[in-house]
Amino acid sequence: MKITRKDFLRLSGFSLIAAGAMRALRAAGKGTATTNSTGNPVRWGMVVDLKKCREADGCNACIRACNAAHNIPQIADRAHEVKWIWTELFAKVFPFAPASYSPDSETCGRVALMCNHCANPPCTRVCPTQATWKREDGIVMMDWHRCIGCRYCIAACPYGSRSFNWQDPRPAIATINPDFPTRTKGVVEKCNFCEERLARGERPACVDACPQGVFIFGNLNDPNSEPRQALRARFALQREPELGTSPSVYYLV
Amino acid sequence: MRDRVWIVGGLAVFVVALTAPFWCARANTKAMFHGPNLVLPANAKECIAPAETMRAQHMRLLVTWRDDVVRRGDRRFVAPNGKVYERSLTRTCFGCHEKAGFCDRCHTYSGVSTPYCWGCHNEPKAMVARNRP
Repeated sequence: MKITRKDFLRLSGFSLIAAGAMRALRAAGKGTATTNSTGNPVRWGMVVDLKKCREADGCNACIRACNAAHNIPQIADRAHEVKWIWTELFAKVFPFAPASYSPDSETCGRVALMCNHCANPPCTRVCPTQATWKREDGIVMMDWHRCIGCRYCIAACPYGSRSFNWQDPRPAIATINPDFPTRTKGVVEKCNFCEERLARGERPACVDACPQGVFIFGNLNDPNSEPRQALRARFALQREPELGTSPSVYYLV
Repeated sequence: MRDRVWIVGGLAVFVVALTAPFWCARANTKAMFHGPNLVLPANAKECIAPAETMRAQHMRLLVTWRDDVVRRGDRRFVAPNGKVYERSLTRTCFGCHEKAGFCDRCHTYSGVSTPYCWGCHNEPKAMVARNRP
């Protein structure tokens, strides 16, 4: 079949218009779907009250509770360590927050860090197998069955929230909690906002374990939720907000 | 035809030797064919689905459960008989079954390799025993 230049151009034009129309339709469909299904969507978030945390600096009850709940191996070698919650010096976490003459008491303590469960997570965009993705309730979830250990997500996360299992983690776990799986060698892991506890209607393990009530957990989309009230009442910081990731973890200074 | 005795006798010996395993098994009841001798749950009479279905489909069911829970956050399983269970290997399956006497024994019997579930998932009872000082 011979095709004239005029026919070819006409066909190309129509194809382009059809493709554009499809894309527009799909976008419109998606838009209506989100507004429909999200009559009152949940976005889980955490507010960390650093003032209360300073009162019991170094108690680390949250870290111990998380380690026990999630079978996190304790590996002395820092190159191989696995962590879901950990602490870091305030000045390292928020290097630009303290002013020159800020009181030492407020800028020398340690800050509890965990996965930020970003609204715009870079880690999920780079995962080649969709082993990590953002759930509708805002939790950046991991499917360890699907993780191939490429570590792109570790490279993408600007907060160092992800750890890689360089070795079999089981020998490094003191007491295995049978309710939660361990991981295997070659899998990435991180904080899951205690997704398994939320499903049972419980609060995250660190929130329950903290004797100071440092962690305020709740639905960020609900203006009357505890974290939203805390954020209204006091000034809060997010980790590196300039990166545009919109963390769901806030720090009350 | 002088060799008839030898031929017939030889054939008889051959047939007896060929069928010897069957005779021995008949004589020794311990060596008789038997199933995998599974340790069945003491605390439950019925599974989430009929035994035939579970025997044939448990691997597909587990994979579906895995995807339902991890990827869709859907933990509620309505059994064919209308009962509601949690989709959980540890909490539901191992609420009744045991790994060594049930899963492993049947897999060994059928010559099916051990699946990699156990690389991460734990059997509650075994772990309790292991963690005891």
